[in-house]
Amino acid sequence: MDMDFSGIVPALPGLWNGMKMTLQLMLMGIIGGIALGTVLALMRLSSSKLLSRLAGAYVNYFRSIPLLLVITWFYLAVPFVLRWITGEDTPVGAFTSCVVAFMMFEAAYFCEIVRAGVQSISKGQMAAAQALGMNYAQTMRLIILPQAFRKMTPLLLQQSIILFQDTSLVYTVGLVDFLNSARASGDIIGRSNEFLLFAGAVYFVISFSASFLVKRLQKRITV
Amino acid sequence: MNYNWDWGVFFKSTGVGSETYLDWYITGLGWTILIAVAAWIIALLLGSVLGVMRTVPNRLVSGIATCYVELFRNVPLLVQLFIWYFLVPDLLPEGLQEWYKQDLNPTTSALISVVICLGLFTAARVCEQVRTGIQALPRGQEAAARAMGFSLPQIYNNVLLPQAYRIIIPPLTSEFLNVFKNSSVASLIGLMELLAQTKQTAEFSANLFEAFTLATLIYFTLNMGLMLLMRLVEKKVAVPGLISVGGK
Repeated sequence: MDMDFSGIVPALPGLWNGMKMTLQLMLMGIIGGIALGTVLALMRLSSSKLLSRLAGAYVNYFRSIPLLLVITWFYLAVPFVLRWITGEDTPVGAFTSCVVAFMMFEAAYFCEIVRAGVQSISKGQMAAAQALGMNYAQTMRLIILPQAFRKMTPLLLQQSIILFQDTSLVYTVGLVDFLNSARASGDIIGRSNEFLLFAGAVYFVISFSASFLVKRLQKRITV
Repeated sequence: MNYNWDWGVFFKSTGVGSETYLDWYITGLGWTILIAVAAWIIALLLGSVLGVMRTVPNRLVSGIATCYVELFRNVPLLVQLFIWYFLVPDLLPEGLQEWYKQDLNPTTSALISVVICLGLFTAARVCEQVRTGIQALPRGQEAAARAMGFSLPQIYNNVLLPQAYRIIIPPLTSEFLNVFKNSSVASLIGLMELLAQTKQTAEFSANLFEAFTLATLIYFTLNMGLMLLMRLVEKKVAVPGLISVGGK
């Protein structure tokens, strides 16, 4: 089989558009996932049995089903659910439903990271904050969470790299992310193999260098 | 908004032959289990070899294993699947290529691709677990074996690996569960495993929520069942004297 990679250069602008979609999905997934994950982690750690069970069930549920199932399901179900809520037809694109799926799915994983981070803070911090007259919300917001987030930055970043790779699954709903744009541009000129290899190489370089940086950061953070 | 809830949908005929929707799910589950178990066997064997290679005192050997792990961990699973399914058959020698593309039934060729892909992908993760397990053992174990005159293969076979495997059962379990979840990518190359059957049911019956709820339940039960089973195994084979055993 002869390989010819010359078709890639003219296709680069299209591929960059796909990459922008991939990065957008990733960033929104990270931000939403961490926000929801933090709330879930605080629920899991709260003294209320009900809240902690609810959050535990959420995490267990999302961790035992495939991401691809969540993406497919949300793609088909979000329009229905929105119609029930708003009572009228609200058109949502594949992009929105994918972002929602990533946020909710990743929240389960981020929750476990945040929980471990909070639990790694020494009890004295909590006691000292309370002794100063802070209430629970203040203690968490001003004392515990800032320290916990600092400690768990490497883990959060690692999970984000996994999310970066997982965004390629939006292929199933036809969203044109980096992988899909590479496949489309390759198919047009009959060079799908070359474009596939190129896409793989780009994913590899980005994930590999990102993990390398995270490892270095981890070394600097741990005493 | 009218949506007809109908939980009895699974016992209805699909209109294809005399099958009910439930039959589709059972077939799909069979495929999912077949893919996952076959891939897991590859992953466990190859991952163990790679894990041992990473701990061997030889730069070249451990370097090869490290490269493997980095390569397979940093490329998305879906990209790897497409490479195995679309690209690798083109690289085969002529005769083999013809056999794979034309003589082989499309389901079989897709199955081979996805099993190899998932097996090699998971092997990189298993390798890291095996390495961690070996490195977690006290250094005295290896030294003692060496002092008794064991050769390097004997040290691994009789001393290090039997203990390492027993330590890493929990992380290996979660990798095993991941294989089941990851096997759902097979639906993207046309294999009718559980997720593909679910999508098909949703489309044929228009009972979207029921279809996906059942799929979720099946995945959930499969996960919980395997987790409980592995916990029993873990207790059975725990290494006496380690903290994780629970101070017995």
